[in-house]
Amino acid sequence: ITWGIVNKVFCSFKFQTKGQKFCRNEFNLTGLCTRSSCPLANTQYATVREENGVLYLYMRTAERAFFPAKAWEKVRLSNNFVKALQQIDENLVFWKKYFRQKCRQRLLKITQYLNRMRKLELRQKTKLVTIRRKIDRRYLRRENKAFIAARIDNAIEKQLLQRLKDGTYERIYNFPQEAFDVRMEEEDEEEESEVEEEESEKEEEVETDEDVERELEREYLKERNQEEANSYDDSEEEREFVADFEESEDEDMDIEDAAQRLQDGTESSDVHEDSDDESDMEDGLSSSSTKKIRTHKRAKISPKVTKKRAKAHVEVEYETPEVETAKVKVFS
Amino acid sequence: MPKGVGRWLNDVEEEGEEGEPVETKPSEDDEEMDPIFPVMGPGYGIKNKFLKRKKFKEAKVAKMQAKIEKARERFREKKAWRKAGNTGPPPTVKKEPTKLPHTIESLREPDLTYVEKDDDELAFEEATDKYAKYYEKAYEPKVLITSSYKLTGRTMAFISELRLIIPNSEFFFRRGTTVKKMVLKAVDRGFTDILVINEDRRWPNGFLLIHLPDGPAAYFRLTNPRICKDIRRTRSEITSHRPEVILNNFKTRLGQMIARMLGALFHYEPEFKGRRVCTFHNQRDFIFFRHHRYEFESSKRVNLRELGPRFTLRLQWLQDGAFDGDYEWVLKRHEMESSRRRFHL
Repeated sequence: ITWGIVNKVFCSFKFQTKGQKFCRNEFNLTGLCTRSSCPLANTQYATVREENGVLYLYMRTAERAFFPAKAWEKVRLSNNFVKALQQIDENLVFWKKYFRQKCRQRLLKITQYLNRMRKLELRQKTKLVTIRRKIDRRYLRRENKAFIAARIDNAIEKQLLQRLKDGTYERIYNFPQEAFDVRMEEEDEEEESEVEEEESEKEEEVETDEDVERELEREYLKERNQEEANSYDDSEEEREFVADFEESEDEDMDIEDAAQRLQDGTESSDVHEDSDDESDMEDGLSSSSTKKIRTHKRAKISPKVTKKRAKAHVEVEYETPEVETAKVKVFS
Repeated sequence: MPKGVGRWLNDVEEEGEEGEPVETKPSEDDEEMDPIFPVMGPGYGIKNKFLKRKKFKEAKVAKMQAKIEKARERFREKKAWRKAGNTGPPPTVKKEPTKLPHTIESLREPDLTYVEKDDDELAFEEATDKYAKYYEKAYEPKVLITSSYKLTGRTMAFISELRLIIPNSEFFFRRGTTVKKMVLKAVDRGFTDILVINEDRRWPNGFLLIHLPDGPAAYFRLTNPRICKDIRRTRSEITSHRPEVILNNFKTRLGQMIARMLGALFHYEPEFKGRRVCTFHNQRDFIFFRHHRYEFESSKRVNLRELGPRFTLRLQWLQDGAFDGDYEWVLKRHEMESSRRRFHL
């Protein structure tokens, strides 16, 4: 009777999906809604349940059907799986085979999942943390601004130059500082004189060969002196072909030039210049036209004289107190 | 204006009448380069809109007039100069060096734990703390790099690049071992540091640095990780020379500690031949890591080429023991980050 009602009319424990009927009753042996596994429909019923990791065998018989509070008999099963199986067999000796089998299966399943839980406990647990969107976005913004304020490349360069100055790279790099400065001063004077000469040139239109010769000679000698001062010992330096330096200002220079610079210091370029100068001089001496060559020489020589620097003019570096033009912050 | 209203305004006006802009902080003392506070406008403090606007207009007019007057002066000077028979531009009066505007760094809340250069106490502490041995060059660091349990490609790539950068480092897969177990095993095998890169949603996001025999442990949040490919470089450019380390801008005691920790990952004696430099630059509590190759063009200029990975770190906590023991410092956001001018490193 019960089954008729429970099955056909209504059962509060029944849970139906497209393919299957489930039973939500706690004491259900299989979890499915079937005639033989319905705890409501069968007065004689047995289940295995686990509470806090301890397994119990629950049994209900017809005799106790009218004492709902005392209906279920609870037997604690041994932790030992084999023993627990035996206990089930003992307790359900005269019961239907169905119950014994299902109880044993259920016991197995439960012990398996309990074991798995224990193993997982021993493993590393990943802590799941909420994504704090606002906060993460804020940090990202702050990081970007901090990055802009940091000017990391500048800081690194400064540090490296400081280290060079302090002498940590003593034996490796050799920039003869004094000679360099002296040369810089002389170049400076030279430039000033050049500037003056240029101005005076513009006013005079006619010049003699002698003047040309003299000036060329003077410049040639100056260059010669410069080369000697700037050459340095490269014997210990490791020769490497380095690719493009993106941060370098030498955009005009070729890669080959850079490699050359590395390898031979300024010697190669000097040699280059020497040969060119000589050829130029010869040309100058041979031809008769004055002003044309003069300007030509000017144009050709002045950049060469300053070829050591990156750009096509003399850069005289003064020591000035650093005036940082930091980004102006609007004070709110 | 009715007298009653004007009465309390007078006080404010008096300040303004002095002719100086109303500044919130006392003016600078002697330093040339002392940063100035942004100046409050001419009508600041006056609540009456009408008066405020009037003041503002007056100030504007005065400013314009001053400008014109200045231009006139310059013209007169130039004329006089030219009259005197000189050519070229007249000599300019040397300008006062422009004062620096305030930045977040200059407005930073002063920290009691700022490190001064010659601090005996600090020197003593550093000589006796857990990193003293490294700085005495007693041992070479050996780093164990791991990750969180399930690794994906990107994190793997990042880790392999870390391996290239940090000399004498080894990578092991984490197979669900706990950190404490790892610490024990690593100590047995002679590692001096453990580095765990945590992963979340297929990006590396955590950086746990543990110094080994019972050393301090620090956890950082790792953001903006970029591998060589993202910077459009090839890994082959990274040589196996031992890099130099630059630790920039670590100002407080805590910062100093962290800097030592990070520096101790690398070998104490860099090979200058390799010209590699690893930088940890701290700015506003963000530690930026960069890896470059440098070339000295002259004694005044250096060229840098960025190789290798790039990431930023943000310290979350610093613990006394190797993932054990008291926390020396923990970031408590609500307490410590309430002011935008307060930084801890």
